[in-house]
Amino acid sequence: MLKFTIRRIFSAIPVLFIVVSLVFALIRIIPGDPTIMILGEEATDEEYAELREKMGLNDPMIVQYVRYLKDIITGNWGTSMYNNKPVFENIFSRWEPTIVLTFYSTTLAVLIGVPVGIIAATHRNSPLDYAVTTVSAVGMSAPGFWVGLMMVYFLGVQLRLFPVQGYTTIEAGGLAGALRSLTMPAMALSLSHQATLCRYTRTMMLDVLNNDYVRTARAKGLHENIVNYKHALKNALGPVVTNIGFAIASKLGGSTVSETVFNLPGVGKLAYDSLMRRDYDQEQAIILFVAILLIFTNILLDIVYKLLDPRIEFD
Amino acid sequence: MKKNKKKMTPKAFLKRYLRVMVSGAVLLFIFGVAIFAPLIATHDPYESNIYNMNQLPSAEHYFGTDVFGRDIFSRVVYGSRVSLAITLTVTTVAIIIGTCLGLICGYYKWADRILMRILEGFNALPGILLSITLITILGNGVDKLIIAMVLVRLPSIARLVRQQVLSLKEKEFVECARACGASDLRIIFKHILPQCTSPLIIRFTSGLGGAILSQASLAFLGVGMDPRIPNWGGIINEGRAMVMAMPYQCAYAGVAIMITTLAFSILGDGVRDILDPKLR
Repeated sequence: MLKFTIRRIFSAIPVLFIVVSLVFALIRIIPGDPTIMILGEEATDEEYAELREKMGLNDPMIVQYVRYLKDIITGNWGTSMYNNKPVFENIFSRWEPTIVLTFYSTTLAVLIGVPVGIIAATHRNSPLDYAVTTVSAVGMSAPGFWVGLMMVYFLGVQLRLFPVQGYTTIEAGGLAGALRSLTMPAMALSLSHQATLCRYTRTMMLDVLNNDYVRTARAKGLHENIVNYKHALKNALGPVVTNIGFAIASKLGGSTVSETVFNLPGVGKLAYDSLMRRDYDQEQAIILFVAILLIFTNILLDIVYKLLDPRIEFD
Repeated sequence: MKKNKKKMTPKAFLKRYLRVMVSGAVLLFIFGVAIFAPLIATHDPYESNIYNMNQLPSAEHYFGTDVFGRDIFSRVVYGSRVSLAITLTVTTVAIIIGTCLGLICGYYKWADRILMRILEGFNALPGILLSITLITILGNGVDKLIIAMVLVRLPSIARLVRQQVLSLKEKEFVECARACGASDLRIIFKHILPQCTSPLIIRFTSGLGGAILSQASLAFLGVGMDPRIPNWGGIINEGRAMVMAMPYQCAYAGVAIMITTLAFSILGDGVRDILDPKLR
């Protein structure tokens, strides 16, 4: 197991390296001179030249690249051109709504999607199953931002159930206040996740139910519930848990669209705003941060999966 | 296949093809609307009229008018053109390029080492952020939007094809072709590619719904396209400021997106069940 863990961590290094290089290339080819962004349009040519020299923009690409790699590894990820704070500080100060939203919406999705998926699978090809697959197809087809806007009108404006915009921090309103302000975003964000999770659970469950040992269990005369929930469910849940874990990781990186709809000061909104402001260091930091988060979640999930099911081999 | 069809009872036929037929009919209708948009639209979708803004739906303006006084019904009708055209182009181009990359990666080990690693790196980057960044790099415009959306889709398609090729490459018929002196190109395109068609068709149909949604999200964020050109995501973006007072300004375009995506995904499911029954 230890050997597997170490091998898995080392296998991520090339991908990490490529991601870091890709981000370098992407950010460098964005048109527009960063010095103009910092100094504004009115500075003199000497000032621009001086800043270019100071930022090392006149060095050959390869020198810039090596310096960039060194900075990334040593944790010196730069400062935001927008508010002159270290990029990490900006990310972490905007992370709270994103984290709460992630866990809130994932909880909703798991509580609804997984049980419904299991029920659909155990009642395969019944009217109930058809109803579930149809409803989940509708759920996957509704654009989340549109569902959010409709909720703003119907639940927020008409029924006055929830605040329509913004985020109440845990500090200001307690956890209850924070959750209340995120209820509509969480519902809008979890809708498609509920639907995909439901379908995924159903497929995985059907997969397991087709196995010989399930037939054997039935042939032994075990009660249908014991077969379904004790034998089959245990084996079907592995991939489902992996799926949930990956969804959490990608939501933690910020949900740009949902955060825009509800005007939440999260990481996704920060990423979008930074790009619009041409705040390259900030943008670069967010993309790298999210990518690294995803890569490490992947490793972690593989290890958990291996612990749950030692038969699995990864190449 | 044809022989089977004749033997089928009407009930079995319906069970097998009902979903494809229903979703196909809906899509045919939507494509009809897109093609005959000038005949269906009641107003010029570009014509703004400040004396006529924010009108409620009426007999004159079926879906009302927006903040610029433009007829929303006509904009939704015309919007189907851009939304469908982009979706089809993106999915088709992504499938073609992705397949080529996958074939090369699967067949040649050296390409696998380099190309697949780069694609994996792309895949690790957050999807929507990557699209927005790419559009910022390329600049605004429909063509650039298409390039950005295609790039984001390539890794998963290439991986799908690569997986197929890796297993097919070891099969006897490939070895046989090689022994007969067939060139690599001939083996790849004449012997291996035809075996990959059904996963690719499944991938194509199921990718269409996703492309509609992500294109709408980008337009909603105001990225990539001239906002004056009517398209469904853009209409929702423009109606957003008024949603608390006049939700109908975004409601209809959202319904259009939902119905189209739903039809595409049901078509995808139906096609998958026909081509690959064991996945059911």
